[in-house]
This record gives sequence, structure tokens and C-alpha cells, in this order.
Amino acid sequence: MAYHSIEEILQYCKIRNKKFYEAVLEDDMEERKVDREESMKQMYVMWDAMLLASTSYDGSVKSASRLVGGQGAAMEEYRKKGNTLCGDYLNQVIGQALEMGESNACMKRIVAAPTAGACGVLPAVLIPLFRSGQAGHRQIVKSLFVAAGIGQVIASRAFIAGAAGGCQAEIGAASSMAAGALTALKGGSNEQIAHAAAMALKALLGLVCDPVAGLVEVPCVKRNVIGAVNAMTSADMALAGIASAIPADQVFDAMREVGEKMHPSLRETGEGGLAATKEGIRITRTLAR
Amino acid sequence: MNIFDILGPVMVGPSSSHTAGAVRIGLVTKKLLGSVPVKADITLSGSFSATGIGHGTDRALVAGLLGMRPDNICIPESFDHAEKAGMAFAFTHENIRGAHPNTALLEVWDNAGRTISVQASSLGGGRIMINKLDGVEINVTAERPALIVHNVDQPGHVAEVTSMLAHKSVNIATLNLYRDKRGGYAVMVIETDQNIPSSSLDWLKRVEGIIKVTCLNLGEEE
Repeated sequence: MAYHSIEEILQYCKIRNKKFYEAVLEDDMEERKVDREESMKQMYVMWDAMLLASTSYDGSVKSASRLVGGQGAAMEEYRKKGNTLCGDYLNQVIGQALEMGESNACMKRIVAAPTAGACGVLPAVLIPLFRSGQAGHRQIVKSLFVAAGIGQVIASRAFIAGAAGGCQAEIGAASSMAAGALTALKGGSNEQIAHAAAMALKALLGLVCDPVAGLVEVPCVKRNVIGAVNAMTSADMALAGIASAIPADQVFDAMREVGEKMHPSLRETGEGGLAATKEGIRITRTLAR
Repeated sequence: MNIFDILGPVMVGPSSSHTAGAVRIGLVTKKLLGSVPVKADITLSGSFSATGIGHGTDRALVAGLLGMRPDNICIPESFDHAEKAGMAFAFTHENIRGAHPNTALLEVWDNAGRTISVQASSLGGGRIMINKLDGVEINVTAERPALIVHNVDQPGHVAEVTSMLAHKSVNIATLNLYRDKRGGYAVMVIETDQNIPSSSLDWLKRVEGIIKVTCLNLGEEE
């Protein structure tokens, strides 16, 4: 039986003296009738696919529409020069998010987390931690259970599709999942994980889904960057002991309400927002020819 | 919904509905036909028609018909693979009335001349629904094995099919019956918990009054 609230997960952990990831892992064991090793192995497959997607990035490739491609490579070149505003580490995160979003747009293999459009957020925050030696495979796999548990609750209380609830349901959900995963990785408490997840989604509440020409390219690729960076700031706040005034479950409920009130033109129809700008319409018409 | 529906699937981009879902529609159609088709006429409807090309929906459908899964990195080059496999295909754009926004209609032929028509929609997150088979509404999700039997509307056919399944220890999850008119053309759509052995399909095909047997078993791709 899947979790319907973060509160349930916290209670499960409190009663049994468990960590957040264990609550999700044990639920998966029950749900799919597998043992602990098998469940961990399946999550490792996901992590491995993320790493492989990152190493197979090709900055010389453009998407079929030619709207995206090469931005991740440009970011990496800029980072290597030093003297960046955000600093070396954050520039790696930005670069990873762009690369993964571009790879998705270029029909490369990625891991939907929770969706293909938001596939860059989790790898963007996890891969630099891994490559800099701050986290190992096993720790990261555990943190992915935290992310999946948060995502599952969001899917159950609200939605994880742009067509249903706007970009907040994709990048917002991914950011919330990533914030929880990062907090777990850095040794945060179960409550801090919940606060991080809540704060991350709060910051992206109301984000609309307005892809130019209906393609998962503009602004989707760059929104992966804000999802990743927002996850880091939310996790750091939670780890500093800052609490979310609104509990995570209620934030998810608010996301649902906002998504339901969102005009259909702003829910992945390619009819409103950036898609309906003069330039957005021009691009759409050019592609149609 | 298990956690790997949230963190996953591993797939070729860019869209779980327009790419991964489209691959699955092609794959299920191939399974229903029983082999890689030699010819495929594909109609793209609604959003599949409007933004499908930019999402690689056309290449994804062809990839599925060739037996590729949603994580196969050859999906973008599926047209070339189709040529090598000797599969002819053509696309038309036409809005199918009353259909889900992400819908495709596939008419496929195998080398023995057998043909089926599949109308399916992509529901999001890679999940799909087979709405119609040979024009008859069946609405199966392809998450369970399914057996679709066309027969003459006369007494006994349901009993024959269900006792065959019982004999093979295949449990029935859902069963739906349709017919055009009394004594006319009837269809039974059965979703099961276990795969249906091919030997029983061969037997069914020989039963008097049974016109066509189509089966979807899971985990048999490639």
C-alpha cells in the first residue's frame, strides 16, 4: 500500500525508529513482493541509467527543432574558466541540469523523474555530489528512495503531469523530491527531509506549463536548472534548522488546488504563456513548415 | 502505482506520453499481430498529430512495431531499421472523432496476409489504453495479458474459452462481451492474470464458429 501522506511516512519511521528511505523501501518490498536486495538493486538500475545518460551527453547535437542543444557544453566551458557568479559547484549543477534536459529533447535515453520533461533535476543535484566524492553509490541509491517516496505522495495527493497541473507538477515535484533526497544525503532528520520537500515546492507553486510549439524544449530544459538550484537552497535551509511554516502534505494539496485553477492554456497545450508570445508563435509557425 | 512509476521509467526522450507511450502502442500492436508487420498504415490523431513529429511520436510508433522497448536507443533511427526489416509504413494525419487527444490508429499486416487494426491512446507517464481492436471497443490497458476472441454469436463459445483457460490454470481478471446483433458477430475480451499458452490459442483457432483469436501476452518482446 503506497503512502498517501508525508505524515504517514514520518509516523511509520517514528514508531519503528526507521529512516525515511527505509519506510519507502519497505513499502516497495511489500508492494512488489520483493526482498530488500532486489528493491535496492532496482533503484541502483535507475541511478546507473542517470550516470550513463550524463556520460553520453553530446554537446554537438541539436534537437529536431534545433531549439536546444549545446547549452550544457557552453556552461561547462564557462565554468572551467573560473570567475563565475554562482561558484564552481553550483555551475556544475546548472550544467548537469541543462545537459540532461537537452539529452531528453534530443531523444537520448534518460530517467523520467518524475517525468521526462523534469528528468534533469535529480541527476543535476546528485551527480556533482557523486563526482566530487561527497556521496557514494549506496548513499545516493538510498536518497533516491526518499525522492521516490516524496514523489509518490505528490502523485497521490496532487499530480505529476504538466497537462494536469502545470510545470509546478513536473519541475516543482522534481525539485521537492530532490530537496528531500539532498537533505537525507547530508544526514538531515526525517522531519528536515519533509521541511525541505515542502519549501522546495512552495517556491515553485504556480509555475505554468507553456512549452513553445508544444515541445519539451523551451522553457523546459532551463526550468530543470531552477528546479535543481531550488532543491539545493531548500535542502540547505532545512539542514540549517529552518522549518516550513506549512507542512509538506498541505503544500502538495495547495499545488493541486492551484493546478486545478490553472487555465487550460497554461497546462501543456502550447497555447498560453511563453508559447503564445510573438516569438513563440513565430517559432511554432516556422516548425510547422 | 509503484515507486518506479515515479522514479522511472528509463526511456528515450523527450516525452513520456508522446514518445514512451507511443513505443508501447507500437509494441502492443506488434504483439497482437503476433509478429513484426510487413506493412503498417498509421493515423495520428489530436495532439499526436499536432506535436507528434517534434516528439518523435512517428519514429516511436514504428520502433514499437519493430519490437523495440521504450528505452531502446535505436528509436530515433527506427525508420532505417524498418527499411532493413522489410516493413513498409505510411502516416496520415486525421482527427478521429471522440478519441483521446493522444491517439493513434494502426492497421498492420503480417507476411501471411493476416491483418488487425488497433486504435490506442497514450494516457501520460508512458501508460496506454487499447481503445479498439478491429473497430470493436475493448479498452484494455495492456498491463495484464488479454485474449480477444471473435466468434459467431451462438451458445457455448464463452464456455469453451473460459473452460480452456481454467484447464490451463489461467485466472480471468475481467471479461466483457460484445455483439453487433443476435446471431451475428460477437467479441469477447478477457483480461487474465497469467499469460495464455500458445498451444491453447492454436486449439481455439480451430474451434467451429470462432473466427479470429488475438492474444496479448506480457514480457515476450524482442
